[in-house]
Amino acid sequence: MPTGFFTTVCIGCKVCEVACKQWNQLPDDGFTFTGMSYDNSVDLGASTWRHVEFVERPVPLSGQTGGNFSWLMLSDVCKHCQRAGCLENCPTGAIIRTEFDSVYVQPDVCNGCGYCVVGCPFGVIDRLESDGRAWKCTLCYDRQKDQMEPACAKACPTDSILFGEVAELRAKAGERLEQLHARGVKEAYLYGADAAGQPGTGGLNAFFLLVDRPEVYNLPPDPVAPAKYVKESWASLAMASAGLLLAAIGAVWSART
Amino acid sequence: MAECHPVGFQWVMEAKRRGATIIHVDPRFTRTSAVADIHVSIRAGTDIVFLGGIIHYILENERYFREYVTAYTNAGAIITGDFKDTEDLDGLFSGWNSEKNQYEVESWAYEGKEPTPAAGAREQATGEPRSERGQSRAERMDPTLQHPRCVFQILRRHYSRYTPEMVEETCGVPRDLFLKVAKTLCDNSGRERTSAFCYAVGWTQHSVGVQYIRTAAIIQQLLGNMGRPGGGIMALRGHASIQGSTDIPTLYNLLPGYLPMPKASHDGSFEKYIENNRAHGGWWTEFPKYMVSLLKAYFGEYATKENDWAYDYLPHLTGDHSHMTTYAAMADGAVKGYFIMGENPVVGSMNGSFQREAMRQLDWLVVRDFAPTETSEFWKTAPEIERGEVRTEEIATEVFFFPAAAHTEKDGSFTNTQRLLQWHHKAIEPPGDCRSELHFMYHLGRRLQELYRNSTDPKDRPIQHLTWDYPVKGAIQEPDAEAVLREINGFETATGKPLPDYTQMKDDGSTTCGCWIYTGCYKDGRNQPARRKPGGEQDWVASEWGWAWPHNRRILYNRASADPQGKPWSERKKYVWWDEAKGEWTGFDEPDFIKKRPPSYRPAEDAKGIDTISGIDPFIMNADGKSWIFAPQGLQDGPLPTHYEPQESLFRNPLYGQQCNPARMEWMRRENPYHRAWNDPAFPYIVTTYRLTEHHTAGGMTRWLSWLSELQPEMFCEISPELAEEKGLSNGGWATITTARAEIEARVLVTSRLKPLRVRGRLIHQIGLPYHWGSKGLVRGDSANELISFVADPNVSIQESKAFTANIEPGRRARGRRAPTSGPLVSRVEGEAGQWRDLPPARHKQPGKHGVVTIRTMRGEET
Repeated sequence: MPTGFFTTVCIGCKVCEVACKQWNQLPDDGFTFTGMSYDNSVDLGASTWRHVEFVERPVPLSGQTGGNFSWLMLSDVCKHCQRAGCLENCPTGAIIRTEFDSVYVQPDVCNGCGYCVVGCPFGVIDRLESDGRAWKCTLCYDRQKDQMEPACAKACPTDSILFGEVAELRAKAGERLEQLHARGVKEAYLYGADAAGQPGTGGLNAFFLLVDRPEVYNLPPDPVAPAKYVKESWASLAMASAGLLLAAIGAVWSART
Repeated sequence: MAECHPVGFQWVMEAKRRGATIIHVDPRFTRTSAVADIHVSIRAGTDIVFLGGIIHYILENERYFREYVTAYTNAGAIITGDFKDTEDLDGLFSGWNSEKNQYEVESWAYEGKEPTPAAGAREQATGEPRSERGQSRAERMDPTLQHPRCVFQILRRHYSRYTPEMVEETCGVPRDLFLKVAKTLCDNSGRERTSAFCYAVGWTQHSVGVQYIRTAAIIQQLLGNMGRPGGGIMALRGHASIQGSTDIPTLYNLLPGYLPMPKASHDGSFEKYIENNRAHGGWWTEFPKYMVSLLKAYFGEYATKENDWAYDYLPHLTGDHSHMTTYAAMADGAVKGYFIMGENPVVGSMNGSFQREAMRQLDWLVVRDFAPTETSEFWKTAPEIERGEVRTEEIATEVFFFPAAAHTEKDGSFTNTQRLLQWHHKAIEPPGDCRSELHFMYHLGRRLQELYRNSTDPKDRPIQHLTWDYPVKGAIQEPDAEAVLREINGFETATGKPLPDYTQMKDDGSTTCGCWIYTGCYKDGRNQPARRKPGGEQDWVASEWGWAWPHNRRILYNRASADPQGKPWSERKKYVWWDEAKGEWTGFDEPDFIKKRPPSYRPAEDAKGIDTISGIDPFIMNADGKSWIFAPQGLQDGPLPTHYEPQESLFRNPLYGQQCNPARMEWMRRENPYHRAWNDPAFPYIVTTYRLTEHHTAGGMTRWLSWLSELQPEMFCEISPELAEEKGLSNGGWATITTARAEIEARVLVTSRLKPLRVRGRLIHQIGLPYHWGSKGLVRGDSANELISFVADPNVSIQESKAFTANIEPGRRARGRRAPTSGPLVSRVEGEAGQWRDLPPARHKQPGKHGVVTIRTMRGEET
């Protein structure tokens, strides 16, 4: 059964970050004050699998009164893409698709080559400096095995992170979007909810409700799994090789004549 | 609320999803503002003008819920002809005694009758025994609300100058925005709709904090939002079970269930104590039953009718023993030993250097916490030690540190803000020497009894005779928390059968009860707070989840959810109503009223006890059964909330000559210098302090956890881009913030979430300071609360940390002296600050008494 997350704009409490680190026993990333709003964990990485974005914007949000300002928060996570760049790039077979349709790195198989790191269009997966292996969100594979929901969704106090079957989540997301539009939040839209909306990834199992352009949340506007270009690049490589070959033959030919 | 109570905030988000409008008033734009519909940035310390403005709007536009106001509040009560308002006396009410520096409250009374407050300063009585006072209801009520001396008209006059223009001029809130808030609130109140207020220490931590909440209470009464679903005023408490710690108090002036602690000056005998504290009308007429049952719980068989239930065993208060008063006394050498449990005052409260100086005078100090704190190591890691001003080897205080068990390592209950008790079960054994508070207190008491076993000195009898027989279990001899719950619930003295509710209590010693309001939490011998029936398996009131005091009532005073005839105000807001056929109150919740008393009941002239409660008196704890818009007694600083500027402000009081709350508590001492009352050129900015989601209060629980520490790793200050420009501060750089008390450094966070406000034509800047850091833990930094002075609200002795003045400069602080404990930090002309403090008429304050101005502590001093 494909499972995933539907994450909406939240209250920025970061309990998902803490619950994730506690459940998965991840180390801290150092104690650095960044001066970037309330974001001191900066981005997703080998030891940060949930990360809350804080966006201070000089524009109001529809329906809000109180000045030309709004503050957006969103909990980012591995998207478990239908077409996963990391999985497609993994030469050892360490990255697999599980029975929950999630993308999972088997730590005992991973050899730390790092091909997955460049394969992810979102910059989610990364290698841990201490052991060299690649790590990212497992969609709490271990918890799901025991019929428990992932730690972040369990801890989220406002249900901004919803966990469930992807089809159901899509239906819920559609309803939520309609509600928001009805309330006048016209700018709300779904990011990566299906293949039609995001062909480069074939749709995301963990998708988002946003109220500004993806770039504002540090998300790519049109992510594409690099392996999608393999056929085309092989074709163009073949074309180029053929061209070069032709040119070489032509050169020799013309030199002879 | 989203910042400090994210778990409770889920219900606000749920309400928003169902269409509720969220209004957030805060000097800063916070995580709450981010999801609110309306955010109002306000000058810190001016909320009474903002809320008073709403009262003005309600009255002038006739937006009040007339039927509710006339039937259930004291709006129609006539006040004595001697009463003078702040409008008449330029910021003082009648009754100000400039010799004693406090109010005498006779002129605030209902005409012809002396009232009895449900809480607060009950000893404000004239001394006449309450039982002889006759009924406490107002002699005359004017249902037309037109009498010039009725509360409603007094209220109208009192707030006549709290206009939208005044709000704009004082709070820096644009008129249109203010009017939008007022209109939204009124539109969402009435028969069909209700609105709720939530507040936390942003309202309480002011020198006039209690009156902030009173102002909101007046609004809620006028709009008919009390005792009804979706209404009320929610105090968001700062820790798990801090509500529990006022119910079964860690406060010096209360006994369990809000029974007052005996006072040596007034309550010399049991009879006097009862006379002084019971009411003649309303539910507090039951007071003796609760007191006798409590004394039976304390002293068991040694509490008999003959010895006045061992009343004399109780300690009697000889003065104010609140936090700041005690620390000031400690600095003067009057306190020899001190226990601190689950508190880190040198980071969490005010003027840390003064507090550390006080602790250096102690002979011994006991600290119980998860890890060593700044308080337990004041002799080792304090700033003054670092600077070499004080040397560790010269401090004689002996410090005992006891490691504490976490909530997962012990059984017990949490009482949260809605009075809901929820049980938590021990998951694992505490590691090493860590022990629960229950373990510590029980075994300490047991050892004390052991020590005094053979004493023949009569003064040791309270210890010898104390009931202290809780069963213990396990290898570490942990007392059984459920046995304590059983005692709190109460039982029949003879049989030990648990009491089902507080109405079963008697004043003849036949019942024993540790806390009357909690009676029923162990009903049928079952741990009621441990009930965990999911919300989906019961109705929306969810009365089978946990247990709420009193009597598992989820909404207090819910009689007010029905009209005077006992019918719901509307179908939509139906909650509790009179069932004519059965002849009793019924509804979704446990009715907060005498079950069989019909709406038509009116007490006879000679009625006694709870018979004085009429069928239209929902507010049964008040002797007159009405909610108090005007508080004729019980408050130290006036019957109606009045705007006073904070102790340290940028402005003169725009409304009155009286600058600050005349009754506030001040500590005029070398270690606690104040700034000028307004416009101090050395301190031109306003500071407000607060918590972040990522850390918990003074940080003792969170600064040791890497996962939380990395999320907010350093002390910082939040400032607007305009202030950054003005002072040359850069984002991510350092700033030094200074008051006359201390100097601290912080990283700079420049953000548009703070914006300058225009107040009386002047652009003012506010600085935001979280206060979580200290010298211990994984992440360290300076403590914001070092900056704050000792100054307090007179009713509850809480400090003013949410609005004071300071200066900010770029760069890190000097490594030299930065606290005034060894002399003034900022050079001042002698007495200058004092001269600027108060304007007439409360200018000449007499020093030396607690409650007003304290210079030096005298032992055995009376309040």
